Amino acid sequence: MRFIRSFAAFWWDFIVGDDWRVAAGIAIALCLTAALTDYGWSAWWLLPLAVAVLLARSLQRATRAG
Amino acid sequence: MSDVFLFLGAFLASAVEMVEALTIVLAVGVTRGWRSPLIGVAAATAALVAIIAALGPALQLMPIDVLRLVVGALLLCFGLQWLRKAILRSSGYRPMHDEQEAFLAERAEAAAAGRDERIGIDWYGFTIAFKGVLLEGLEVAFIVITFGSTQGRLGLAAAAAGAALVLVATLGVLVQAPLSRVPENTIKFAVGLLLTTFGTFWAAEGAGVSWPGDELALVGLLGFLAAFAFFLVHLLRRQRISLQPGEA
Repeated sequence: MRFIRSFAAFWWDFIVGDDWRVAAGIAIALCLTAALTDYGWSAWWLLPLAVAVLLARSLQRATRAG
Repeated sequence: MSDVFLFLGAFLASAVEMVEALTIVLAVGVTRGWRSPLIGVAAATAALVAIIAALGPALQLMPIDVLRLVVGALLLCFGLQWLRKAILRSSGYRPMHDEQEAFLAERAEAAAAGRDERIGIDWYGFTIAFKGVLLEGLEVAFIVITFGSTQGRLGLAAAAAGAALVLVATLGVLVQAPLSRVPENTIKFAVGLLLTTFGTFWAAEGAGVSWPGDELALVGLLGFLAAFAFFLVHLLRRQRISLQPGEA
């Protein structure tokens, strides 16, 4: 059990890292992109925009935390 | 075009991780002798090659859109971590990574550790070198596998990592000191930008997006992210200085 927990913690830290909100935001942005594309909209701009917003917000939290 | 970025991304990311692994191996080797750390390096390298050889071709069996969506999203999360740390370092909110300092700390620990020798191997030297190379190398393996399989160029990505390995190992043998002159923090910034660019491009393609200009969009995306990242560095530097006027 301890091995599974530390294995999961390793991969979580490896992929998600310090700020889980970034990974959650990317997942939401990708769902929105897929939905808009499915409706026939051109949604190429959405993910870069989401990346910029998520990065800025994450840095804001990190610098506020000290 | 994307092949150049792919090679560059895999090469730089591999080089910077290998510089960190080299520091660990050097510190242990100089302090406790070379035999056991080198066996550790060989064992970790074999494990990494096996991971790439097993997972790379397996991923290429997945449908390309699913592969790009999943791998792109993972790469994007991973790349944003690199970029976030690089921006925090460049703006002074995090200390710069210093290989010389890491080397001295690792060497002091290696000197203080007890000696447990079995079947002719110093287990401390073996374990520290093995863990160091494996953990730093896992990031390299992840980048090689994701870059290579998504673009269908696993060989090219592996060659880039191989070239970085040869370069860093040669420099390590010649210099026999941590490669503290390598502009590691700048390289990490560039790698963060490249990983985020590729991750955004592939993840969006996997979600069904058609990029204007097809692969040329990679250049635009890289330019946009670089400009935005530099803007954030500038903004955070000003914020830090205004909070600590004594440091200005």
